[in-house]
Formats: sequence, structure tokens, C-alpha cells
Amino acid sequence: MNRLKYVLKDKVAALSLSIIAVTTVAGVFAPFIAPHDPEEVNMELQFAASSWEYLLGNDHLGRCMLSRLIYGIRPSMLWVFAALVLSVTIGSIVGFLAGYFRGKTDAFLMRVCDVMLSFPGYVMTLAVIGILGVGFENILLAFVLMKWAWFARIIRTSVMQYAESEYVKFSKAIGASHLKIMISHIIPVALPDIAVIASSSFGSMILQISGFSFLGLGIQAPQAEWGMMLNEAREVMFSRPELMLAPGLTIVIIVSAINYLADTLQVALDPQLMTSKNKQLGFETTSIAKLEGKGVA
Amino acid sequence: MLSVDCIEKSYKKGGLFSKKKEQVLKNISFECKRGECLGIIGESGSGKSTLGRLLLGIEKPDRGTIFFEGKSVGNRRVRMGNISAVFQDYTSSINPFYTVEEAILEPLHMKKELLGGVQSKIDQVLCQVGLNPSYRKKYPHELSGGEAQRVCIARAVSTEPKCILFDEAISSLDGSVQIQVLELLKNLRKLYDMGYIFITHDIQAAAYICDRVMIIRNGEIEEIVKVEHLKDVQSAYSKKLLQMIIA
Ligand SMILES: Nc1ncnc2c1ncn2[C@@H]1O[C@H](COP(=O)(O)OP(=O)(O)O)[C@@H](O)[C@H]1O
Ligand SMILES: [Mg+2]
Repeated sequence: MNRLKYVLKDKVAALSLSIIAVTTVAGVFAPFIAPHDPEEVNMELQFAASSWEYLLGNDHLGRCMLSRLIYGIRPSMLWVFAALVLSVTIGSIVGFLAGYFRGKTDAFLMRVCDVMLSFPGYVMTLAVIGILGVGFENILLAFVLMKWAWFARIIRTSVMQYAESEYVKFSKAIGASHLKIMISHIIPVALPDIAVIASSSFGSMILQISGFSFLGLGIQAPQAEWGMMLNEAREVMFSRPELMLAPGLTIVIIVSAINYLADTLQVALDPQLMTSKNKQLGFETTSIAKLEGKGVA
Repeated sequence: MLSVDCIEKSYKKGGLFSKKKEQVLKNISFECKRGECLGIIGESGSGKSTLGRLLLGIEKPDRGTIFFEGKSVGNRRVRMGNISAVFQDYTSSINPFYTVEEAILEPLHMKKELLGGVQSKIDQVLCQVGLNPSYRKKYPHELSGGEAQRVCIARAVSTEPKCILFDEAISSLDGSVQIQVLELLKNLRKLYDMGYIFITHDIQAAAYICDRVMIIRNGEIEEIVKVEHLKDVQSAYSKKLLQMIIA
């Protein structure tokens, strides 16, 4: 609770959090919020300017832009989030086993990760699409396949560091079981690191998914997705720039909000912020902080 | 109580496929009686901490056996409630998300039978190490080095174990705090009739608190002497080590 209060104190972080929350709710309840059917073609309204009925205007098939943007939250953000959670879960399990038990377990799991990481991300994704065919699910699958190894590697490093700490040694000495040590000492302490890593790569994953859809490799027409909306608006880029601006700005705003929140999270989850009297202590950036997730492609 | 027989330990050196090994402990055998305080002295890198980890059952020796009252310390049920430890680095010896109270509760929860309440026990041990019960709700980063080390000592004695291992437990404290903590340890030992294994590179501290000291050099036992006879050690290395203190 303290942590949330801390995040909300920072105005930009509070704004980011509310943007993400509102977007998520809008995505989940899209059928109730969207004013029109996103796939309803209405050629009379082709390229219509914004009106009270169609707030953001209509696209080249006369479909409601606002509704398409709202429905686009589902693949562009919610499904990406699901893929992220899945790959972080796999990565955490592998990373915990490797970092805690070390030795042969570690050597074996890390060689598997090395093999996975030796394929360049985009090439691997294209290869999966080539084998399984073009489609949104296949890109998500390729994402999970590619990312878990990366998460596993980083989580292993952080777990390894905590597994060597003296409080874990003490727990072992007094006869606590491995499971108990994991649950009470390693998972809670490593969780902030995992949250920071995951949230900072969430932004880059959204960009990548939209990128693939822009190239026509992801979601297929007539479904709505932000990257694809950008692609569809490409032909009228100069005559009707607002058609490109709407999905473009949405992506930029969401990704910036996520990245900003990731940075705040890093500070907010620092145990040093906890005090017996609930008073606020100074800022202290953790060393793990710089294991940035943004450079992952 | 604790009997160590011919243990050896080596660590892999170099990368994954390297077969090179560095032997850290060679042929160590000794005995520690009930209620005894045994000091383990040696230069840094001589393998003291490694020996400590083996005695605590955190790592297994390559060869040889370590028994606690006739049972292997490798079995965690043998250690439970009987053996405890205090380490050097007080900054990482308490989980940063735990309050002092939660830290002391950890070993207490593992020990089932307990006379009186758990809560009164926490107050009691905190009081014994000279901390006010108001410390219960504090987090480790709110404690000074000496206070954190006192909490670690309170945590170690809370289950009234038969043996506590101190690995350089006072080395990172300031001079005056060191003496206070040594005094505290001496009193606690009388109170609970516990055995200590006191690892240090500080001969003076060892001489102050221990009954016997073991001098270790490059992973081998150089000599084990009673503290009263510390003046007339036999081996050349021990003599040199003592001379450095006196000079
Ligand atoms: N986990 C380990 N892996 C590899 N080498 C180790 C490990 N632990 C200790 N060593 C080596 O064992 C030797 C003794 O270390 P240590 O027991 O920490 O000495 P001390 O506590 O007496 O200073 C050192 O040379 C160190 O490099
Ligand atoms: Mg040491």
C-alpha cells in the first residue's frame, strides 16, 4: 500500500498509471465502450472527418477510427501482456532453478538459454512465421519462445546474488528447506527486479508487435490493431495525416507511460523505502536498475 | 558434541570444462566438546569460512565426516534448533524486507515446542542483547552495524541452540562496539550453556573469549592449543602469528 502511495506521489507516474489502467479497462470492455462495430464497412463515410457520431473520423473503408483504436487495445496491449506474463513465468522458473541450485542444473539451463539467445530476435520471429504461417498467435508464440531465455538469464543473475546473501546462509544453517528459503527469502526479494525487467520490456514488445502488424505479418484484416491501422493509413499519409496520427500517438503515449512507470517502480519497490514509522526516506537507485530491458530486440 | 574427521574440500578453478581444482581444506580433524568455545584463527584466505560453511552443513565436504552428537550435520533435521550462526556482513544478514521481529521469528517458528509465548521470547532475547523492544518494528537499513549484529545474535540465541558459529562476527564493527559485543557473547554463553565456534583473524578477541584455539594455515591445522598455553605454541608459524600481535 505504501508502495502505491509512493507511485501516486509522483505526478507523471500517477498519470502513467491512470493511462495504463484506463486503457486496460477500455480494452477489456471494448464492446461496451466502443461507439460502433470496428469492422462495419460504410463506404459513404470513406475518409470522413471527425463528427459527433464518429469522434475520430472514418478510415478508407468508412470504419469508425475510435472503435478500431479501442478494439485494437486487445491485441496490441492485452495479448502482448499475456505473452509477456507467460515468458516471464517460464524465465523466472528457469532462472530460479539455475541461480539457486547452480552447478550442473545451472550449466545445462544456461547452455539452453545461450542457444535460444544466439538467434537474432527478428530473424527467429520471421522463421517462426515462415514455418507456422502468418498470424497473430504465431507472433505471440515466437515472442514467448524468444524472450523467456532472456528473462531467465537476468533473473538467474539476480537470484544468484540473493542466494549468496548471509540471510539465506543463516536459513540454510538453521535447517530450513530449499522450498521455504525460496518462498520466504528469494522470491520476495527478487520480485521487484522481475517487475522492473518485465515492465521495461513490455514497452518494447508493444512496439515490436505493432511493427510486425505494420509489415502485414501479424494480425489479419479486418481485425483492428494499431500497427495495422498505421499501415492502412499509409496511402493517405499526406492528404489525411490524422488517420496515421491517431494510432501513432496512441502507441507513443502507451509505450511512454509504461516506460515511465517501469522507472518509478524500480525506486518504489526498493526495500529501503520501508520504514517503521512510515516516513519517507531519500531516493536510492538499486544497482540492478541498469539491467535495462529496452535494448532487447 | 561436534566431531570432525579428516575432511577435505576443493573448489573448481577456471571455466566450465577446466578440470583444475584448488584444494582449500586438507585433512582437518578436531573435536569440540559440549559448551566449549573453540576459536579458529588464520589469515584471510586460509579456508576459515569454508570450514565454517562445512560445519554448518551448508556445503558438503568432498571427503570425511562431520557429526553433531553422532549424526551427520548434512541432514538439516539434525541442525534444526541445535546449530545456529552469526556472519560477518551485517548489512546482508537480515532479509531487507523483514522487520527485526520477523527476522527473530524465523528460527522460532521452526522450533515447535516453546516454553511461554513467542512474543515474550522476542522481547526477552532483544533485552538480553541490550536492545529496547521498540526495535521490533524496525527494518535492517534503519539499524547501525552494532545494532544489526546484536539482532543477529538475538536471532541466533532465540532457540537456545547447543552450538553457535560466529564467522568474523565482530570483525566489521568498531573497536568499542567489538568489546561490548564480546562481553555480551561471554555473558550469553554462561546464561544458556552454549558452545561457540568462533572464527576470526583477531587473536586478541579469540584469546578473550575462547577456551581453545585452532590455528589454521593454507587449509591445514597448524596447531590446537588451550588459551592458557597460547604463549608457548610449538610451530614456527603460530609463533610468528603471535609475535605480530605483541610487536
Ligand atoms: N565458493 C567458492 N568457490 C571457489 N573458491 C572458493 C569458494 N569459497 C572459497 N574459495 C576459496 O577458498 C579459499 C579460502 O577462502 P575462505 O574460506 O573464504 O578463507 P577465509 O575465510 O579464511 O578468509 C580462498 O582462496 C577462496 O578463493
Ligand atoms: Mg572468511
